[in-house]
Amino acid sequence: MNTRTLVMVLYLLFLLIPIYWLLNMSLKTNAEITGSFTLFPHDLTLRNYRVILTDPSWYMGYVNSIIYVVMNTVISIAVALPAAYAFSRYSFMGDKHLFFWLLTNRMSPPAVFALPFFQLYSSVGLFDTHIAVALAHCLFNVPLAVWILEGFMRGVPKEIDETAYIDGYSFPRFFIRIFMPLIASGIGVAAFFCFMFSWVELLLSRTLTSVNAKPIAATMTRTVSASGMDWGVLAAAGVLTIVPGALVIWFVRNYIAKGFALGRV
Amino acid sequence: MQKIQNNKAWFVVLPVLVLVAFSAVIPLMTVVNYAFNDTFGNNEFFWAGLEWFDEMIHSDRLHGALGRQALFSAIILAIEIPLGIFVALNMPKRGFWASVVLVLMALPLLIPFNVVGTIWQIFARMDIGLLGHTLAALGIDYNYTNDPIDAWATVVVMDVWHWTSLVALLCYAGLQSIPEAYYQAARIDQASRWAAFRYIELPKMKGVLLIAVLLRFMDSFMIYTEPFVVTGGGPGNSTTFLSIDLVKMAVGQFDLGPAAAFSLMYFLVILLVSWVFYTVMTAEDEEGQP
Amino acid sequence: MARITLENLAHSYSPHPKGDQDFALKRLNHVWQDGGAYALLGASGCGKTTLLNIISGLLRPSQGRILFGERDVTDAPTTERNIAQVFQFPVVYDTMTVRENLAFPLRNRGKEPAYIAERVDRIARMIGMEEMLTRRARGLTADAKQKISLGRGMVREDVNAILFDEPLTVIDPQMKWELRTQLRQLHREFGHTMIYVTHDQTEALTFAQQVVVMHEGRVVQMGTPAELFETPAHSFVGYFIGSPGMNFIDARIDGDRAILPGGQVVELGARYAANGRTQIGIRPEYAHLSETGLPVTIRRIEDVGRHRIVRAELAGAAFNITMPEDAPMPADPHVHLMPGKLGIYADDWRVAPEAGGNA
Repeated sequence: MNTRTLVMVLYLLFLLIPIYWLLNMSLKTNAEITGSFTLFPHDLTLRNYRVILTDPSWYMGYVNSIIYVVMNTVISIAVALPAAYAFSRYSFMGDKHLFFWLLTNRMSPPAVFALPFFQLYSSVGLFDTHIAVALAHCLFNVPLAVWILEGFMRGVPKEIDETAYIDGYSFPRFFIRIFMPLIASGIGVAAFFCFMFSWVELLLSRTLTSVNAKPIAATMTRTVSASGMDWGVLAAAGVLTIVPGALVIWFVRNYIAKGFALGRV
Repeated sequence: MQKIQNNKAWFVVLPVLVLVAFSAVIPLMTVVNYAFNDTFGNNEFFWAGLEWFDEMIHSDRLHGALGRQALFSAIILAIEIPLGIFVALNMPKRGFWASVVLVLMALPLLIPFNVVGTIWQIFARMDIGLLGHTLAALGIDYNYTNDPIDAWATVVVMDVWHWTSLVALLCYAGLQSIPEAYYQAARIDQASRWAAFRYIELPKMKGVLLIAVLLRFMDSFMIYTEPFVVTGGGPGNSTTFLSIDLVKMAVGQFDLGPAAAFSLMYFLVILLVSWVFYTVMTAEDEEGQP
Repeated sequence: MARITLENLAHSYSPHPKGDQDFALKRLNHVWQDGGAYALLGASGCGKTTLLNIISGLLRPSQGRILFGERDVTDAPTTERNIAQVFQFPVVYDTMTVRENLAFPLRNRGKEPAYIAERVDRIARMIGMEEMLTRRARGLTADAKQKISLGRGMVREDVNAILFDEPLTVIDPQMKWELRTQLRQLHREFGHTMIYVTHDQTEALTFAQQVVVMHEGRVVQMGTPAELFETPAHSFVGYFIGSPGMNFIDARIDGDRAILPGGQVVELGARYAANGRTQIGIRPEYAHLSETGLPVTIRRIEDVGRHRIVRAELAGAAFNITMPEDAPMPADPHVHLMPGKLGIYADDWRVAPEAGGNA
């Protein structure tokens, strides 16, 4: 084994062992977890997963998370596309300031916004709805999507736009039929990052929900402390939160490197 | 690219503007309102001027949190940046294994922050966690719930676990953009491994590396969920960082005035850094690609 | 410095090549004499770069051996071969100054500082960059960067060969001519073996003493520019060299006569034995419009300045003729083929006349 491989194996072990430990615990009974110290489940059980997948208060957490994450991704991309186009093609009054202001939102601490959000959404009657979380996450995801898409659009020569207009395309038709396919990978990358940041965020989503739109991540913390440390179920719930992300990564793996190459995360 | 001057572009940007204004400007105004006023509930406000700011600037509590925050960010940058570069240099360049490694490395990035906390909380426990148990078995006195040093070590290792991949993936993307001819030229010029890194790879990674540093700085400066789940800010206040302190103050104690003043100052610091980030970034863009 | 011998060399990018078509480089034997100036000419994808990378050691050939002098270097890494290579796109170390760039290969080999300084100054003078030595390489124009690359290739005195991989692609036409002249001068002065890969016949013919023409992974001819022009060994060489390329007309070869599809007869002046698909080939420069000869139909006339190109049709095939600016156009156009300039091709390869004849 050469050093390259050795380094990668060691690093991946470092990454995967804690995850393995979670998986290991999720397949054990609570008696085995607390009673004895075992490196793999001796008493293999799927009970912990069964608990989650049969109890609505558990599995609705996943459904809620997925609903607001998808809503957020769709909204973010939909509004970011035209804006990114404008930034990449036109110069207009205050464009640089606007762009900078958008970026500051990507960098603003959610903790600063938690309480005002709570009050704002309560006052307009959106508290504990999926759309509230989806909109709140737009705070950092829309600037991010604009930032990523603008980078990709900049790589498309302006002559393409001009040719299309000369050929008699209207703007919307040009945008949807010609331009969007050209930056398909950019849209993929932007959607991936929107999904990712909305999926992993907890502070805002927990603050803005109580029952109906409660995300899985928040469900985990509460239910566990109430039922007196059901380690197995906690671990199983954790494992299940990793699955959607892992699936998404697998599908966009060829685009990630490209997205990172632009350095706009 | 030469851009066309056209103020009508504002209309296309409008949806973004409205949306972000709704989710940023309005809440920010609320914060400003709290920061300069005092309230006893019932939506009645009394002008407090700069009182809250004065109080927060001289608060030992804030100084403590800020100091810990700065130390934390410095430590994780010092570990994650070199480690990330090192990992990126060793990643396979193409083929099936490159995909597998890429996906496995991105895995921690897609785990909800509190689950990251949960994973490490469990992993580091002395009774049921592999790490804690192993350390105890080796006779090392380790207890992250009692010992501030152990708590710090746990939080730092957790952050390294969580975010080094981001740095590595950014650097990897930078490395991928280096044409093969550069490496061939280096071989022909008989450049040492170090020289190839110093004169080819490092200059080409400069752009992404800058982004990695600033992203990690800002995200670590805003860190909340992961250390909160593992240590709850303890033992004592030893791992209470700025965001944890802020949430404690605002939600826990409902000290809205000081919390809002705190928020604004916090925000200004971030703004300052963002501005530096943006200026450097656009300067980089304008310098152009070779 | 050394002679470079390629012995039964072949390369395939697929690990288990099934047939000829899987080989990017088909079996070849070749010797590059020490101190020669060679051009490797061919269209894109003909295997030129593959061959170059095998010589420089960046690729290991699937079959065969490479010898530098008497030493087998097939498995030797690039660094041990002591060659220099200039790439298609300028490769410079952005953060270094021009001087540091030029000194880099010498410094890595631990040469004396005084020697390095003297060499760098000399090379900088040759490539006309002595004014810019203290500038950083980043931000220079593509021309300047490529000059630095050339300079880095030239800075070592003891290299076995300098390889150029289409080095002038990114250079402005005016600069191209200048750099090419400098290269010739450098070759005369230092006597390095130079192998210059290009798809541009002008570059190849003006740079090299010997031009190696490649086509579909095969070396089809090696010769002086004059040989390639006068007696192309393969129809590809005929097409590829010359502007416009050689005319080829299907013909049945019958002893010392060629019979065209229309029944016209061309006297060959020697006897040939040719089988397969047979053609006669003649350069546009050696065909003249006249009142007698083979009847042609004129399609178009292009004036390229110093002469005219007549696009015509002979026996159903396109046929080009060059014609002096001031020559009168015949009323009833026929073409006269200069005897002795005709080539006979069977399945694309040139056929030599049978003993006693002269082609």
